[in-house]
Amino acid sequence: MTKDECKQIVLDIIADIAPDEDLSHVKPGVRLRDQLQLDSMDFLDIVMELRKRHGIEVPEADYQQLASLDSSAEYLTPKFIALGK
Amino acid sequence: MNSASHYDVAIIGAGMSGLAAGIRLAHFGKRVCIFERHNAPGGLNSFYSLAGRRYDVGLHAMTNFVRPGVKGTPLGKLLRQLRIDRDEFALCEQKQSRIAFGPHGEAALRFTNDFAVLESEVAHKFPAQIDGFRRLVATVRTYDDVSLDAPAASARAVVRQHVTDPLLEDMIFCPVMYYGSATEHDMEFGQFVIMFKALYLEGFARPFDGVRVIIRVLLEKFRAAGGERRMKCGVRSIRARDDRATALSLDDGSEITAEHVISSIGAPETDRLMEPNVQQPTSHAQLSEQNSALRTPHAAIPIGALTFVETITVLDCQPAALGWGSDTIIFFNDSPRFHYTRSEDQVDLRSGVICIPNNFNYGPGRVLPEGIFRCTCLASYGRWAHLPADTYRTDKQRWYAAIQRSAQRFLPLPSAPDAFARATLTTDMFTPRTIAKFTGHLGGAIYGSPVKNRQGRTTLANVYLCGTDQGFLGIVGAMLSGISMANYHILQKG
Repeated sequence: MTKDECKQIVLDIIADIAPDEDLSHVKPGVRLRDQLQLDSMDFLDIVMELRKRHGIEVPEADYQQLASLDSSAEYLTPKFIALGK
Repeated sequence: MNSASHYDVAIIGAGMSGLAAGIRLAHFGKRVCIFERHNAPGGLNSFYSLAGRRYDVGLHAMTNFVRPGVKGTPLGKLLRQLRIDRDEFALCEQKQSRIAFGPHGEAALRFTNDFAVLESEVAHKFPAQIDGFRRLVATVRTYDDVSLDAPAASARAVVRQHVTDPLLEDMIFCPVMYYGSATEHDMEFGQFVIMFKALYLEGFARPFDGVRVIIRVLLEKFRAAGGERRMKCGVRSIRARDDRATALSLDDGSEITAEHVISSIGAPETDRLMEPNVQQPTSHAQLSEQNSALRTPHAAIPIGALTFVETITVLDCQPAALGWGSDTIIFFNDSPRFHYTRSEDQVDLRSGVICIPNNFNYGPGRVLPEGIFRCTCLASYGRWAHLPADTYRTDKQRWYAAIQRSAQRFLPLPSAPDAFARATLTTDMFTPRTIAKFTGHLGGAIYGSPVKNRQGRTTLANVYLCGTDQGFLGIVGAMLSGISMANYHILQKG
């Protein structure tokens, strides 16, 4: 699992939970909330889908690690690797 | 433990809120079963067939309509949370609606799904009030109406800070109350905000085939996510030990267990299922002040006083042929003040709501096969509940006629005085008694108890409320209620 693959996983999830958002120009270093219309319900869904699809657990205290694609990749990639992915 | 009868979550009631909660939970891998006493899903918003015709009940229109691309509103949240493509609902917008006050509707405000129409109507008809009206709208727009722990305030008091003409005040409140208030005379401001946005800032729409379209989409999502559903099998009791529900007894005599129970049937109604039933004294004032941040001792929750009658008239022509082709929904009141209160008589004819489902924009050449004319008025449960069968029947006939006369004061006169009667193919009418029978709501209280419980907690730690008595209003609100409670009590906790 590379960080780029990890970003794509997060983007795929966002595409499914918010199909009305245009994801073609998402800047990886910018907070997702600042470029997309995502609320706390949507962020909960990103966490829930990570668990459902990939078995990745994100405790509530770590939710802010998912603020941008870059920070998500930093945080999630080691978790994927730890699962042998 | 028998795994065939053990669930992660048992949901009581297959209405909008229960189905929405079920979809969320099943989507995220919970083993969920919805128990519904009736053979039809939908709860307060359902449909039935009679003599080969299909009727909608409850829903006049889906509120909260926004056009594609408008984000951050309840409809958008709902679609995302339930993974529904908005085309699946196939919503068609209203033409226009009207608030008509005075003996013949002399004072009128039109509104559509474009808020500028209502704003310009207020500016034109209440020029001295428009600045205050705009301030009210600004207050509504910035209010956090989905907060689960907002302090309670009187909506009348807040509105009066901005709108000083009682006629305009009542005209604003009439649709908002008719479409969701469980409280007489006034509303909690947060509830007012939800409804103001749903009706005026957003708008009305309807699938061509009515509410069944929405229910079918929900059922299909639930099934596809792996949810189970047992119809004609209500929950008879919730057995409790040490402040937790341990088992549910079903109507068929069997028993199931569940880690969590979500009940959509109402707060006092849920409380009555609990065995043993421990009643804890808590004042209503305390409940509303703290807005139910505490666990609700349901025994302290009053049964709602507001219930309705509805008449449905099927016509052999489009309502436009009678001159009624422009209005989708009309909210009327003939009196100096609008009285949203328990009816003294069997029906309160002073005010009501007319819905003409033909008058949505279904697209070129698409018209409903028959004309439909629906009227809703406030009613008294007590005066309908215990009538002998023959009196009940004749009273229904008498009030049906009275309601048509009352409502038609607010519509253009048809070309011939008997045009409506001649066009009538068949009629139906439901009363508070019908509502109580088919929804289980005590007192036929469609909007439930006046005391809402935003956090949905009950005296049992693993039993939560969703739907009417949790306090998100309208059908979109009902679905969001189910979603919120499933998220808050179960999914967020892993």
